Amino acid sequence: MKPAFSVIFLTTLIGAGQGLFLAYYSAELLSLFSILPTLPIDGSVTSGLLSLGLLIAGLVASFFHLGHPERAWRAAAMWRTSWLSREVIALPLTMLLIFIYTMLKLTDNSMVAYTLANGEVVKLEIVVGYAAAFAALVLFLCTAMIYTTLKFLRQWHSPLTVMNFLLMGCASGFTLASALSTNFDPHLYGYFSSFAIALTIIALLSRFASLIRNKNLRSPSTLQSAIGIHHPTIRQMAQGAMGGSFNTRAFIHKYGPTVVKLAKRFFLMAAFVVPVILLLISNENTLLLCAAAFLIQYVGLLVERWYFFIEAEHPQNVYYQMIS
Amino acid sequence: MTQLALVIDLNTCVGCHACVTSCKEWNTSGEAGPMVDKNPYGAEPTGTFFNRVQTFEIGEFPNTQTVHFPKSCLHCEDPPCVPVCPTGASYKRPEDGIVLVDYDKCIGCEYCSWACPYGAREIDEKQKVMKKCTLCVDRIYDETLPEAERKPVCVLSCPTSARIYGDIHDPNSEASLAINEAGGYQLMPEWGTEPANHYLPRRKTKITIHEDDLLRVDNPLKKEDREQRAPTTRTTLDDSTSW
Repeated sequence: MKPAFSVIFLTTLIGAGQGLFLAYYSAELLSLFSILPTLPIDGSVTSGLLSLGLLIAGLVASFFHLGHPERAWRAAAMWRTSWLSREVIALPLTMLLIFIYTMLKLTDNSMVAYTLANGEVVKLEIVVGYAAAFAALVLFLCTAMIYTTLKFLRQWHSPLTVMNFLLMGCASGFTLASALSTNFDPHLYGYFSSFAIALTIIALLSRFASLIRNKNLRSPSTLQSAIGIHHPTIRQMAQGAMGGSFNTRAFIHKYGPTVVKLAKRFFLMAAFVVPVILLLISNENTLLLCAAAFLIQYVGLLVERWYFFIEAEHPQNVYYQMIS
Repeated sequence: MTQLALVIDLNTCVGCHACVTSCKEWNTSGEAGPMVDKNPYGAEPTGTFFNRVQTFEIGEFPNTQTVHFPKSCLHCEDPPCVPVCPTGASYKRPEDGIVLVDYDKCIGCEYCSWACPYGAREIDEKQKVMKKCTLCVDRIYDETLPEAERKPVCVLSCPTSARIYGDIHDPNSEASLAINEAGGYQLMPEWGTEPANHYLPRRKTKITIHEDDLLRVDNPLKKEDREQRAPTTRTTLDDSTSW
């Protein structure tokens, strides 16, 4: 497939945004059970606003993918069958819930959602945050399922796609949370950075698994099955268009094997290895090192998503092997 | 239930592209708006086409054959492009099985083109909506046309009658008979999309003539001894039959 740049930015930006929210909200839940120290409001509000900003940036990027962005609202219609439609619903819903959660935090609201039998109160912001975290996880599923459901694109049609989207989004979110915590809540740095390292390593293993899976994956479609002539020697003489067509422009990329190989090595280093090393050598006082870890990881994930498209081989390409 | 479709005979197609040009002409002049043409007279002409003829060479020289292969939307019975559409712009008509795009609802996200293994959909670079073969839906039901012309324009324009149009769910239709009797097959059957359009394979046209077909040895007149022998210099059966 030819990489769709707006989609590359959409998936990586919202992944980091969802991951950042999940990082801070998980810390908040753990502090409720006294496993982690209490979160200062500054950190929660900043992380909430930042993840909201990342989600909005992703949404803006996605509009560049559309031929008719003014009709984008129609995309919520087919949620019964289309994962893209489900994503179109889940993304604004996640944004809204994170927005409400952040506003409740910002106003230091102590509204009570309900009181437990033992007299302990559950604050409204916890309940809203719970819903937002659930929506963020559902959004990961929707985004990844857009690719996973396409059974003709064998490289995408695997549960590993969902795993990768979830793990890489959370990894970059936790890396960003470690960077934020150096400034706002250094006592949480250990939690964020150790989880960022662990998630990045698990994400690397999962991505590696899909690389190995895709290495020898062949499409069952051949020129023989495509035109229904079962002769071992078939040569295309003309594809019906001299100046190219949508079929050649949208599905066939023009990058050579060297570039693709280099890109793979780059993203394996930048998205996984380098951030882990940087996080290992940094501590709660090294904001710059943590910020560098996030930025390098983000660039690595952009290349990873680019490679994700390059990897996928569309069966329609067998019809377009020679112009004339 | 009706499933309208095309049956394309690769044995008769001569690759003249009449279906391509007539399709473009009819559909670009329709009420759905023109199909874009970029650099029509330039070095790299490109644009929206619902139908293309590709050419393949089969076999090793000198034993090669050229096969012309018209390619358009196959109107799958289980179209993978329809459920993925987020707006419902892509739909399959229950009454006749034609897969269509509502140009007023399409947002141009191209997701349906990712989901089609045949590459049958394309974005119109001017209108920014997905387009594909409509099976001339604005023609086949047009009662102002004479009944014989209520067919997709590619079918009407084909000079060798390589394109058959009809309801493949009606076992007695010309299309169904062609599929059943001439070995009609579907493209990329491995994906289970059940394309409605079928193709008829290349066939070797052979005729076996035995000597006794030419010179009748069991002429019943001979048994009755009523045969009037004709001069043997005559060559055909008709020449030598004299009753």
